[in-house]
Amino acid sequence: MNSRKAEILVGGFVVLAFAAGMMLALKVANQSMAGQTETYTLNAKFDNIGGLKVRSAVKVGGVTIGRVDSITLSSRDFTPVVKMSISKEYNQFPETSSVSILTSGLLGEQYVGFQPGFEIEGIENLAEGDFIEDTKSALVLEDLIGQFLFSKGQ
Amino acid sequence: MNWLASIGALTIAKMGSFGRATLMLLGAIIAKPQFIKNTPLTIMQIYVVGVQSLLIIVVSGLFIGMVMALQGYTILVSYGAEGSLGPMVALSLLRELGPVVTALLFAGRAGSALTAEIGLMKTTEQLSSLEMMAVDPLRRIIAPRFWAGMISMPMLTLIFSAVGILGGHVVGVDWLGVDSGSYWSIMQATVDWDKDVMNGVIKSAVFGFVIVWIATYKGYDSIPTSEGISKATTQTVVYSSLAVLGLDFVLTALMFGIE
Repeated sequence: MNSRKAEILVGGFVVLAFAAGMMLALKVANQSMAGQTETYTLNAKFDNIGGLKVRSAVKVGGVTIGRVDSITLSSRDFTPVVKMSISKEYNQFPETSSVSILTSGLLGEQYVGFQPGFEIEGIENLAEGDFIEDTKSALVLEDLIGQFLFSKGQ
Repeated sequence: MNWLASIGALTIAKMGSFGRATLMLLGAIIAKPQFIKNTPLTIMQIYVVGVQSLLIIVVSGLFIGMVMALQGYTILVSYGAEGSLGPMVALSLLRELGPVVTALLFAGRAGSALTAEIGLMKTTEQLSSLEMMAVDPLRRIIAPRFWAGMISMPMLTLIFSAVGILGGHVVGVDWLGVDSGSYWSIMQATVDWDKDVMNGVIKSAVFGFVIVWIATYKGYDSIPTSEGISKATTQTVVYSSLAVLGLDFVLTALMFGIE
């Protein structure tokens, strides 16, 4: 084995490993080559976030526009505050927009459904750090069953 | 009193060999780097350790991916969840099977060869001759093999996982009829680059370090007879497999245990 041939084969090995890494990045983990897109932050207070997690999707009509950045409990009124980073591409939502926590499919993961509001004169667009006022909490199955039993009893 | 003495003797012997292993490692890797002299040696060793392991890695990766798709499908289809075959195959390969199976194969294929090679060098007094020529055998013999193993293991793991996922695609999509779009798209929605892929790569780098360390030390410290080499080779495979499986649990608990 002369060293020239070894070098060529090692080069091939490195290229193969690099190709495998690229395949895992692009095809399996779906990392975009462009890197991080610029985002801005919106906040929303919910009564109950159910099974929402950090990195859950934020969707408008099924299209992902951002991800959940962090979930904290407000120390003042003990309600969960969800911080979402939304792509700068979509920065013209009116302040009347609402968010709700939805579930994809029967057993799927939970995501934030974003409902753009109406554009009326005098209503500004949502900007960095704004709180979305109109929120709907996650459906909790136990509460639902409780309500159903209560309404049956009446 | 005899049993107490035997426990003591065993402990001292084990600690002594740990100490010698650490000294060997320090002597091999902590020194002024000699890139011009050592790079060709390291490339040659990457060829021996990495490129020659490629066949067994690719073939086992392919078949493990195919078997997982087959087994996963029979269970998932009874819940109507065969679309989740992609993330099942991808996550188990990237997080666990990729690093662990690659490490076990690597220990058997490359680790044992390293031990036998260095052990025979010691038996035939090649290491002593190097020392007589004022060439440090730790840096001439051990260091290139060590770095070659450290570099090759993560690359072999990436290749193993990628080939396994393709093998899962072959069985799941082309043979069993899972939808190709849902195989890839649910996988893409589930697999996270940092959490899944990079943690697997970190695992494999740790495994590579442990395997080459054990393999080179066992060769370097072997009794210079034919029985000594055969014993050292066996110990390399047994110890590195046990170390890999034990470390895998610790690393998994650290990486995925606490949310």
